[in-house]
Amino acid sequence: MTTLSVALTGNPNTGKSTIFNELTGVRQKIGNWPGVTVDKKMGYVRHKDRAISVVDLPGTYSITARSPEEQIVIDYLLQEHPDIVVDVVDASNIERNLFLTVQLLEKRIPILIVLNMMDEANRRGIKLSSNKLSRLIGMPVVETVGRKSNSIKKLLGIFTTTVMSNYHNTDFVEEHIQKVEAIDAMALTDEEKEAKKIELRYAFIDEIIPQIVDFSGVASVTTTEKIDRVLANGFLALPILLLLLYSVFELTFTWIGQPVADFLDFAINGWFSSQVDIFLGNVGVAPWLHSLIVNGIIAGVGSVLTFVPLIFTLFFCLSFLDGTGYMARVAFIMDPIMRRAGLTGKGIMPLIMGFGCGVPAIMGARALDSEKDRMISILVTPFLTCGAKLPIMALFAAIFFPNNASNVVFSMYIIGIVVAILMAKVLNVTTFKDKKATFLLELPPYRFPDMKTVFLETWDKGKGYLVKAGTIIFAMSVLIWLMSNYNLHGSTDEMSQSFLAFLGATIAPFFTWLGFPTWEAGAAVITGIVAKEAVISTMGILYNVTNLSDDTIAAAHQMLLSLGGSFTALSALSFMVFTQLYSPCVTALGTIKKETGKWKWVAFAFSYTTFVAWFISLLVYQVGSLLGY
Amino acid sequence: MAIVKGGKNYLTLNTIKTHGTKVKIISLEHSDLKERLMSMGLVPGTKIEVLRSAPMGDPMAIKVRSYNLALRLKDAKNILVEKIEE
Repeated sequence: MTTLSVALTGNPNTGKSTIFNELTGVRQKIGNWPGVTVDKKMGYVRHKDRAISVVDLPGTYSITARSPEEQIVIDYLLQEHPDIVVDVVDASNIERNLFLTVQLLEKRIPILIVLNMMDEANRRGIKLSSNKLSRLIGMPVVETVGRKSNSIKKLLGIFTTTVMSNYHNTDFVEEHIQKVEAIDAMALTDEEKEAKKIELRYAFIDEIIPQIVDFSGVASVTTTEKIDRVLANGFLALPILLLLLYSVFELTFTWIGQPVADFLDFAINGWFSSQVDIFLGNVGVAPWLHSLIVNGIIAGVGSVLTFVPLIFTLFFCLSFLDGTGYMARVAFIMDPIMRRAGLTGKGIMPLIMGFGCGVPAIMGARALDSEKDRMISILVTPFLTCGAKLPIMALFAAIFFPNNASNVVFSMYIIGIVVAILMAKVLNVTTFKDKKATFLLELPPYRFPDMKTVFLETWDKGKGYLVKAGTIIFAMSVLIWLMSNYNLHGSTDEMSQSFLAFLGATIAPFFTWLGFPTWEAGAAVITGIVAKEAVISTMGILYNVTNLSDDTIAAAHQMLLSLGGSFTALSALSFMVFTQLYSPCVTALGTIKKETGKWKWVAFAFSYTTFVAWFISLLVYQVGSLLGY
Repeated sequence: MAIVKGGKNYLTLNTIKTHGTKVKIISLEHSDLKERLMSMGLVPGTKIEVLRSAPMGDPMAIKVRSYNLALRLKDAKNILVEKIEE
C-alpha cells in the first residue's frame, strides 16, 4: 500500500506541533510563540501496517498568502494534494480558529477537523458539539487532547480509515462561498474586497457558533486572567520577570548546570585524560601522536563537552517557560524597553538564549514577524556573553582582578548588553531604516507544557553544541595542535617558531593601540574565531602552562606567572572587552549564512563586530592609559 | 480624543486606558496591519475588552473573541471604537 500523506494545518498555539510530536516523535522545534515553524517539518509513523507521512505546516491565522508561512501552507495544500488535510482547532478559542477553517472550505479542500484541547475547553465551561459542527459543514470532526496517548491512537485510526474525497461542503457552506465569490465582481479596490471577505467569514462564523457552542457555563474571569493580573500587570511584572530570569540563571550556572559541568570536567579532563595518557605511554605510541591525542583532541573537545550541561539546562528552562505561555508575557512586558532599543518584545527570547549559545539564538530570530526585527536580532546577538566566552572572562578576571573578579565578569555582561542595544539602535536608523517592524502578539492561555515537547525542543536547540564538539572543535583541536607544533620546516619544539606564532605575529600590529600587540594574543584571537573556547586553551598552550588546572582560581595562579609579563591589568581588560565583542565564532557565522541566506551578511557580521570590538577596546585602553592605569 | 462620525462620538482604541472597559469596533483605518487584525477577528461589530497595558502604558492587551491579543498603541490608534455598557 502507498504511504498515506497527512498535513497538519491550524492557528499558532493550538497544540498542533504537540500533536505532531506525539504522532511522530520526531525532533521538532515548537513553542507558544506565534509562528515558530517556518520550515515544514516532516515525520513518519506506522499504524496497523500502514506507513503514514506527516507534515507539520506552519501555524497561521489565515491562508491569504500575506506572509511566507501562509504561502507555504497554501502552496503545499494546492500542489501536493495530501491524502488527509488536518485542521487543528483550539476548542477553547474556536471563533478565531474557525477563520482558517472557513478559508480552507472556500478552497474546497476536504478537511479533518481536530477539536484539540477539549479538556481545557471543558474546564473553562465551554460546551461544544462536534457532531453539530460536522453536520453543519459536512466535514468529519474529532475531539482530542493533544498530549494524551489515546487521542493520538484515535487520530491514527481515523487517518487510516477515512477517505476524505467522500466529504463535501454542505449547501450551507456553498451559500457562503457564493457570497464571497460575488465580492470579486464588485467595483472595489483589492483592499476593500479583502476586508469585505473577512467580514463575511466572521459573519458566517457568528452564524455557526451559537449552534455548536454553549458558553453559559463559562466563568467571567479565567485562570489565565487571574495569573496575568500578577505576572503581566504594570510595574510589578518587571521585578517578577527579573526574579524568574535570575532563577533560571541560578539553576543553570549554580544549582544544576555547573555541578554537572564540574563533574564532566573532572571525568573527561581529569580521569579520562590521565587514563588515556597512561595507556598511550604503555602502548608506546609515537610522542607526536600521544601529544596530539592528549593535549590536542581530548583537551579541546573535553573543554567544549563540559559546557553541554550548562547549555542544556538553560534551554530546558527556556523551553519549559515557553511551553507555559509565560514567554509571550515576557515579550509583552519587555516590548516598551526593547522597542526603545530598536528591537521588538518578541526579540527577548532569542536574546536570552544568546547568553547560552549564539547559534540557537540566531535561529530563534525566525520567530520574529518582520525581516527588520529578524536581521537586527541576528546581528546584535553575537555581542552577548555566551557560555563559551564566560570562562575567558572568568579566567582573566581571576588573574588580573583577583579582588574584583565577579564585578569585572559582570561588567563584561553589561558591556555586551549595552553594545547590543546601541548597535540595534544604530542598525535601526541606518541599514534597516526603510524597513517596517510590526508587533502583534497572541497571549495564549497558561498551560502546563507537554514535557515530551519540552525535551524534544531542548534537544533540538542543544544538539548543535554536541555536533560542534564532534566536528568543528575536533577538527580545530587537531589543526591548532598542528599549527602550534609545526612550521614549514617540519615539527618544532619552539612554539614561537610555529605557524600559529607566524599568524599571530601578522595580526599583532592591529592591537598595538589596544595594548596587546603580542603574537600570543594574536594567535588566541584567531583561534577564538573558530571557537571562543579556544582562546583559553590556545593561551595555555602558547604560554606553555603544562597541565592547566580545570579550577579557575588554580589556573589563574598558573597563568599569572606567564601572562603577567605580557599583560598589564589595563591591557588584560582591553583584551577581555575585545574578546567579548569581536567576530562571532565560525559556527555562529555559518548559522547567520543559513538564516539570512547571504554571504554579504556573514561578511558584515564579521567585520562590523570586529570593528566595534576594536574601537571600544581602543577607548578602554587609551582612556585607561590617560587616567594613569 | 473623541472623533465625531455620523453624529456619534467615537474613540480610537489607544485612548482607552481604564482596564475592564468594553468597546465595540466601528471601523479600521487603512494600515499595514489592517488585514492581519481583521483576520484575527477584529472586524466591525466585534466586542473588545481592554485588559491591561505593559509598563509605561504601551503595548496594550485586549480580549477579543475569547483570546487575548497584545498590540502597540500606534496600531490601536487605527481602530475606531464605541463604548458599550454591560
